Amino acid sequence: MSRAAIFRKIEAATAAIKVKAARPDYAAAITHAAPKLAGGDLLEIFARNLAAVSGRTMRSVAELLAFLTANKQCHGYCDPALYERVGAPLAAAGLTVETAYDRTRYDDYQFGITQASGAIAESGSLILDDERTSRRLAALSPWIHVAVLEPAAIHRTIGDALAALGASPNIIWVTGPSKTADVEGILIEGVHGPGEQIALVL
Amino acid sequence: MFPMFGTQLIDDYARHISDEKQTSVLNGAAAGTAKRYQVLYQDYADPDALRRLAGAIKDHTLQHLGTYLSQAEQALTARGVQVHFAETDEDARQTILAILRQHEVTRLTKSKSMAAEEIHLNAFLIANGVACLESDLGEFIIQLDDDIPSHIVKPIIHKNRREIANTFLREGVAADYNDDPQTITRRARVFLRKKYMDAQACITGANFLCADTGRMVVVTNEGNSRFGLAPVPLHIALVGIEKLIPGERDLAVFLNLLGRSATGQQLTVYTEFINGARAAGQADGPEQMHVVFLDNGRSKVLASNCREILRCIRCGACQNICPIYRQASGHAYRSPYGGPIGAVLTPLLFGDRFPEFADLPKASTLCGACNEVCPVDIPIPDLLLRLRDKAKRESIPSPAAIPMAPFATLATSPALWRTAMTMSKAMNYLPLQIAPIKPLQDWLGQRTLPPSKGGEFRKWLKARAKPEDRRTPRSQTEDRR
Ligand code: SF4
Repeated sequence: MSRAAIFRKIEAATAAIKVKAARPDYAAAITHAAPKLAGGDLLEIFARNLAAVSGRTMRSVAELLAFLTANKQCHGYCDPALYERVGAPLAAAGLTVETAYDRTRYDDYQFGITQASGAIAESGSLILDDERTSRRLAALSPWIHVAVLEPAAIHRTIGDALAALGASPNIIWVTGPSKTADVEGILIEGVHGPGEQIALVL
Repeated sequence: MFPMFGTQLIDDYARHISDEKQTSVLNGAAAGTAKRYQVLYQDYADPDALRRLAGAIKDHTLQHLGTYLSQAEQALTARGVQVHFAETDEDARQTILAILRQHEVTRLTKSKSMAAEEIHLNAFLIANGVACLESDLGEFIIQLDDDIPSHIVKPIIHKNRREIANTFLREGVAADYNDDPQTITRRARVFLRKKYMDAQACITGANFLCADTGRMVVVTNEGNSRFGLAPVPLHIALVGIEKLIPGERDLAVFLNLLGRSATGQQLTVYTEFINGARAAGQADGPEQMHVVFLDNGRSKVLASNCREILRCIRCGACQNICPIYRQASGHAYRSPYGGPIGAVLTPLLFGDRFPEFADLPKASTLCGACNEVCPVDIPIPDLLLRLRDKAKRESIPSPAAIPMAPFATLATSPALWRTAMTMSKAMNYLPLQIAPIKPLQDWLGQRTLPPSKGGEFRKWLKARAKPEDRRTPRSQTEDRR
């Protein structure tokens, strides 16, 4: 009932508009933030822009291990598909690494390691796609989220990443740690999601 | 049942606002303006070109709204999403309640949505036995205080840390008083994640909905909609029919503008693209998704001579820069939409109550700053004039009927006026020529005015002097450098 009424009203309103504009045609370049794209290597650009939103880029599991132990973050989750490459070396060094995420113990996980399906150099964003992320919650509830990224999966621009969205029902771009400035405009990181966002480039 | 908006006319409200609240609003708004300017201009040589393009895409979409809406409906249905249409606020509330009842939902979290504010969804659901918890930090605090958001993106811009710490103590979110913003945030984190995990559904709004694929975009900085959706089986999205854009490609234009205009960020932290229930094999995320398209007066606005206001992407930039908003706060506008956007949208959306809100379009100095910051280039000052004209034609009597009445308000506290103006770029646009009150003109005249950057205001004033059809956005009719 509502449907028909709404469409009727919209039709009446738009029919009365004398001059209608065609869909604007534009070059993608108008959306590009040139200073953000400066530099040659996509990984370098990505890392620089991720750092600008207080995210970190790491190049090896050893580097990640050092960071986790220095911050006493010793218990986490790792996507089973990444266990051999990332989880196992951490476990061998004495960390507790689970490959099944138990949602009743969501606060036990200090770090979560999941697969990024890509990244965006222009904005320092990590792309998580439902079809490749083992558990959404594991990328969300721990204080530290580690997204494993293959350098070949980095898109240059936001526009490029949009063109490659594909058919996954849920994709999220994560641009740095979760944050708020609701209290007196003061920036606080780690509101509901991770306070540390790490791209582990392998 | 519904949270009460005040009934004081805007002038009167502004005159009696407390110093503490005024300072909070002013500081928050000024910081927002500064950040937006810095980030937008550092990244784009010609941000105006991008703003004009965004406005043109939205205009085109609105002019062909029926086509795009039915395209979106088909795409959503093909993705297994259940689509509903709500002609009025009551239709939307009942539709949502019916879905919740069908799933026996008694507790849910809600991610910040202006459309939901507009239809007072929270209060309605709670009155009907559904515990509905706001999960955005600011909205959560608003809910605890039984308050009303006073800014589109910074709902608690009018509050300071001491008030929040007291609220947390009073409501049992915290065991002791602590007003450190970091501690406040951590306490909310601990409190809210229990609620996310325990909820049975999540209600969100949408920032954009692409007609070509039915893909919906929800952005948050805190991650609250992401967290709200991940553990629950049911997602209901309340989407104003004006949220449509033609295609996914256009998101590059809008996402780049939204983050920068709203909070001075290149992109909002979590930009979530939702196109149906969770993927097969994914353990988290809703199994069922509903979209409720909301009209609630929008189609009437579309039929009016102020339809450009439907381009709005709810960034709050016009609120931040507006000297009247800074002085009066969002609460003075008596609707969830305060500031310049509210001064236009509120009297239009609640069209049957137009006389009640006819003072709002007068609450502007017509300085033009709102148009210049608007990411979709809405000619807000023109729209305000059209509404004043409507009020005049319909001979609506109002105690605030003196044109430019806000000048009188501001003149009563020149110190605040001066601070507001110095802290914003708006000083450049101070419309001395149209200040109607002689002493005020004299007072303003004594201030040393910095040169206007690019003379946008004078250009605007000149364009205004021509009696052409103002339905055409000025940016399309005027050469701006
Ligand atoms: S009217 Fe423009 S500036 Fe104001 S909230 Fe809407 S999009 Fe932002």
